[in-house]
This record gives sequence, C-alpha cells and structure tokens, in this order.
Amino acid sequence: MKDVDMRVSIAGVTLKNPVITASGTFGSGMEYSRFFDLKRLGGITAKGVSLVPWEGNPVPRIAEVPSGMLNAIGLQNPGVEVFLERDLPFLRNAGCAVIVNVAGHEPEEYYGVVERLNGVPGIDFLEINISCPNVKAGGITLGTDPKMIEELTRGCKARASQPVIMKLTPNVTDIRVTAKACEAGGADAISLINTLTGMKIDIERQTFALANRTGGLSGPAIRPVAVRMVYEAANAVSLPVIGMGGICTAEDAIEFMLAGATAVAVGMASFADPCAAIDVIDGIYDYCVRHGAEKAADLVGAVR
Amino acid sequence: MKKDTAVILKTEILAEGIHSMTLRTDIAETAKAGQFVSVCLNDRTRLLPRPISICSADAAEKTIRLVYRVQGSGTMQMSTWQKGDTVQLIGPLGKGFPTEEAGGKRVLLVGGGIGIPPLVFAAEQLLKEADGQKPCEIVFAAGYRSDDTYLLPEIEACARAVISTDDGSLGTAGTVLDAIRANGIDADLIFACGPKVMLRALKAYAEETGAVLYVSMEERMACGVGACLGCVTKTTATDSHSMVKNARVCTDGPVFSAEEVDLS
Ligand SMILES: Cc1cc2nc3c(=O)[nH]c(=O)nc-3n(C[C@H](O)[C@H](O)[C@H](O)COP(=O)(O)OP(=O)(O)OC[C@H]3O[C@@H](n4cnc5c(N)ncnc54)[C@H](O)[C@@H]3O)c2cc1C
Ligand SMILES: Cc1cc2nc3c(=O)[nH]c(=O)nc-3n(C[C@H](O)[C@H](O)[C@H](O)COP(=O)(O)O)c2cc1C
Ligand code: FES
Repeated sequence: MKDVDMRVSIAGVTLKNPVITASGTFGSGMEYSRFFDLKRLGGITAKGVSLVPWEGNPVPRIAEVPSGMLNAIGLQNPGVEVFLERDLPFLRNAGCAVIVNVAGHEPEEYYGVVERLNGVPGIDFLEINISCPNVKAGGITLGTDPKMIEELTRGCKARASQPVIMKLTPNVTDIRVTAKACEAGGADAISLINTLTGMKIDIERQTFALANRTGGLSGPAIRPVAVRMVYEAANAVSLPVIGMGGICTAEDAIEFMLAGATAVAVGMASFADPCAAIDVIDGIYDYCVRHGAEKAADLVGAVR
Repeated sequence: MKKDTAVILKTEILAEGIHSMTLRTDIAETAKAGQFVSVCLNDRTRLLPRPISICSADAAEKTIRLVYRVQGSGTMQMSTWQKGDTVQLIGPLGKGFPTEEAGGKRVLLVGGGIGIPPLVFAAEQLLKEADGQKPCEIVFAAGYRSDDTYLLPEIEACARAVISTDDGSLGTAGTVLDAIRANGIDADLIFACGPKVMLRALKAYAEETGAVLYVSMEERMACGVGACLGCVTKTTATDSHSMVKNARVCTDGPVFSAEEVDLS
C-alpha cells in the first residue's frame, strides 16, 4: 500500500498536512503544547494581534448555545511588539507553518501591524481579520464592504513580504462578492468563515448573556453555513481557500475539502478536546486510504 | 495537565441538589487544593467543558472527588452519571491556594455555599504539610443556605468548624462573615471561595484585621487552559499575558491574592 501524501500547498508554502488551528482558539500554541507535539499540525494561527494592546470586552465574554458558543472576547491581545518578543520565538520553533492573524480598527492600524511583521522570519502567512469592528464606520466591520476589502487587501499586499490570507466574515449577503474583492486586491488566499453574529438572552435574569450583548457564534451550529460559503467562495475565485466553522472530526474536515477547501482550521473543538486537531489529521489520512486517494490534495473541490 | 479518561468509582447525593463524584484518574497525582478540572459532557450539543474544583485528591490511590451543585443542564447531566461510567476530564488546571505560606500561622478557610469543596481540599492539604510547615490553627467557616449541610464531617475532621446559615437553622444566622465575627475568629492567613459579595466583605475584613487574603474566582470558561481569553477578571496590575489588567481566571487563577483582583 502506498503512503498517502498529506501535503498541501498554499501560495507556494507547503503544509505537511491540511489541518491548521483557528485564530483565537489555540492561544499562541504554547497553551496546547502540553497535550501533544505541535509538530504534527499543518499550521498554527495565532490569536489576532493589533498595533497596541487591546483590553477586550467586559465579562461575561462566553455563552454556551446548542452545538456551539458565543464569544465576545473583543480581541484582547498584548499588541504586536509583545507578540514578536514572546510568542513568535515559541511559534517559530513549533515545527509547523505559522500564520499571524492581524486585527485593526481601521486600515492604518492593519497597515501598522503588517509593516511590523513584514519580513520577520518565522512567519509563513499573514491572515487579515476583516471582521473587527471599524471605529470610523461606527463599529461596523469593514469586511462587509467589497470596496474597502479590496483596498485593504491591496494595502496589506503592498506592505507584506509574506503571502496574505484574507479572512472573510460570513455576516454578508453574498460571500462570492467579498471573496472576489479579495482576489481583485491581490490576496494570496482566503479563509472562512469567521463567526456569525448572534445573541443569547438569559431569561431568568432578563438580560443579555454576554456583557457585549452580541457575540460571534462558532461550533457545529455554523457548519452547514460554513460548508455552503466555502463551496460558493471556492467556485467564485481561483484562490486557495482555508475552510473552517464547526470542524470537530475528520468527517467534518473532509466535507470542507470536498467543497473546495485546500486546508481546514479547527476552532472551538479544541476547547472540549485539546487533541481534536490531531484526530482530524489522522482521520483524513484514514479516509484517503479508504477511498484510495494518493494525495489529500485530491479531495480538494472534488464535489462540484 | 492532561486529558484523561476517568472512571467513576462512587456517586453520592450529599444534600438537596448537591452531588459528589469520586473518580479514578492520573490527574490525582499532581492535583493541588484550589485547582480544578474541566468536565466534558457527553452529548454533542453542550460542547463547553464544566469547570469543577477538586474537593479532595488521593495521589496514591489516583482518585479525586468532585462536589457540585446541580445548576443547569450540564450539571444535571452529570448527576445522572453512575459508578462505572467513564468521563473525559482535563486537569489539573489553574493555580491553587498557597498552602506553603501557612507555616506557624492561624489559618481561616472560608467557603460560601458551593465554594466549600476546594477549601475542604485546602484543609486536607494543610494537615499534610511537613512538620515545621503546618499552621498552628485551622478554622473553617462554612456558609450554608440551611441545616441541609454537606461536607461537614470532612470539615470537622480537619478543622474547627464555624457555621452560618441563611435561614438560621444551624450556627449563626446570616452570612459567613457574621459567623466569623460572632465566634471572634482571628486569623493571619485567609483562603476563601464563594460568591463575590462574600469575597468583597472578606476583603474589607482582611484589611481591617491585617490578615493576608487569597480568593478563588469564578468566571465563564471555554478552553480552561489560557488560550481563549474568555475567563478574565480585572486586576490591579497589568496581567502577564495581555498587559491590560485582565488576568485569566483559568491559568493565572482561579486563586488570586485579594490585592491583585478588583472585586468591585
Ligand atoms: C474555577 C471554577 C471552579 C468551580 N468549582 C465548582 C465546584 O466545585 N462545584 C460546583 O458546583 N460548581 C463549581 N463551579 C461552577 C460550575 O462550573 C457551574 O455551576 C457549572 O459550569 C454550571 O453548568 P450547567 O451546565 O449546570 O449550568 P448552565 O447554566 O446550563 O451552564 C451554561 C454555561 O455557563 C457556564 N456556567 C454557568 N454557571 C457558571 C459558573 N458559576 N461559573 C462558571 N461557569 C458557569 C457553564 O459552564 C456552561 O458553559 C466552578 C466554576 C469555576 C469557574
Ligand atoms: C474564543 C474565540 C476567539 C476568536 N478569536 C479570533 C481572532 O482573534 N481572530 C480571528 O480572525 N478569528 C477569531 N475567532 C474565529 C475563529 O478563528 C473561527 O473562524 C471560528 O470560531 C469558526 O470556527 P469554529 O466553529 O471551528 O470555532 C475566534 C473564535 C473564538 C471561538
Ligand atoms: S477559559 Fe479560555 S482563557 Fe480561561
């Protein structure tokens, strides 16, 4: 029996397998390194970093909902300087691809972070989180406006030596439009989906479950939406797609790959099972063996 | 810290809505008082593990005990588990009580309601400290709703017990602080876990008496291991992770020095 080639390639960077951890759900990798050898992962996406430290939202920041959760962390992070000094040296030695997720309130802030990360060794990709609340636009994310997305993509590309992944928000009418805006701006890849905006009300206390009132929905609850959006986006642009949204098992991940994702990310599944991503990797391998696929990459977009 | 498949050895109902579960797990080997475990539920719609304090641990026997109140759907599900069932646990998590600071001191352990279990572990651990390290006195102040108490035999086995009940059916009527004052308890070092109002009152009491106070905090958690930043509590100094005065209860705590955290 021939071994399965698990490698996939995105914008010229080879990942040893298609499984990445999703931003904000895996810390800087250090937190999970006690549970398994991070070398096994295709890649790690770090928590979003901004130009200066962000305090984030008041608590409660977390609410459980059926088959998922709402979060309103508010992108708490120590800022890019601490990230570079403390977290990157660890990630660089993790033995897998390193994706740095970039947050900002307005284009200038994103550019500031991108310029700081530009050319820094040990960073394989920049992932631009365009779901952050935009201060100037009254808190609405710039990720819903195709013109602003295209401009931001172009601006990031012009400042980054590393390949740029644009991370799309699902809170739009037509994901194909925003995917195409990324392509027009010169993105190297797109990742989706970020969380869907939700709300939970505590009926006993008659108030919002989250201090922020709304929060981002993640987990299996969003998976069918995510698979549909990955399918639509993958067929609308010729960029590689990183698919995510509710992936807990290899079966879930394979759905995304068949829909057109070159790689997949495991998000909140790590909370219930710190080793979830490893089981996904092993399961994809077994599936390829079972289906006679020589390469994991053969699964990508196989369902049309 | 590990993920482990634990086996339930024993389940008990201690009082109305208060359940106890003893499990065999390797987590027992390194567990310290004040630490907790994440209990994974076994239905696929409730995905967040439930943080539960370790109430007692036996490293040699590899057993831990969890005592919990049936609060909502998750703890309700836990209450249906039986001897022989397996449970996925992540732990031991967090930083515990600094029992090593207790040598020669008068120690007061304060548990309000379902805050009592981690302090039972603290009492047991204090008694196991090496000879010169032992406290000279251990008082356990426990606040219950009524005389339907739990863990009282365990408390009385290691400490002088001082009780308060909301309805006055046992001990001092009122709060646990009322019981502490009524019994004229003086302490050098206080470990506490319970509702925030109780912790706030204790902080004022500690400031007044000059006692050193450590409190165990509670917050909604997702990862339990410091990765998601969901469980933060306001701190007086910049935290070590994000440098923004928001420490993670799951990893920087749950036990904090009362001076470190903003209890308002
Ligand atoms: C460090 C720590 C130690 C704890 N130790 C104990 C213990 O020893 N015994 C005990 O009875 N309880 C303890 N708790 C509280 C316990 O975690 C909650 O009562 C439990 O999670 C409720 O789950 P549920 O599904 O029954 O309630 P639901 O209300 O249905 O839970 C919904 C969601 O909210 C979360 N949640 C609800 N209440 C709390 C709470 N008070 N704190 C944190 N998350 C909450 C749940 O984890 C879940 O994600 C502890 C909490 C923390 C943070
Ligand atoms: C607690 C939490 C924090 C997150 N933080 C970020 C972030 O900083 N940047 C980002 O682009 N996405 C963030 N996300 C979104 C995830 O990366 C992912 O897109 C989303 O959760 C869907 O995947 P899942 O259903 O597998 O969790 C966060 C999600 C969660 C649950
Ligand atoms: S629960 Fe995730 S950081 Fe504490």
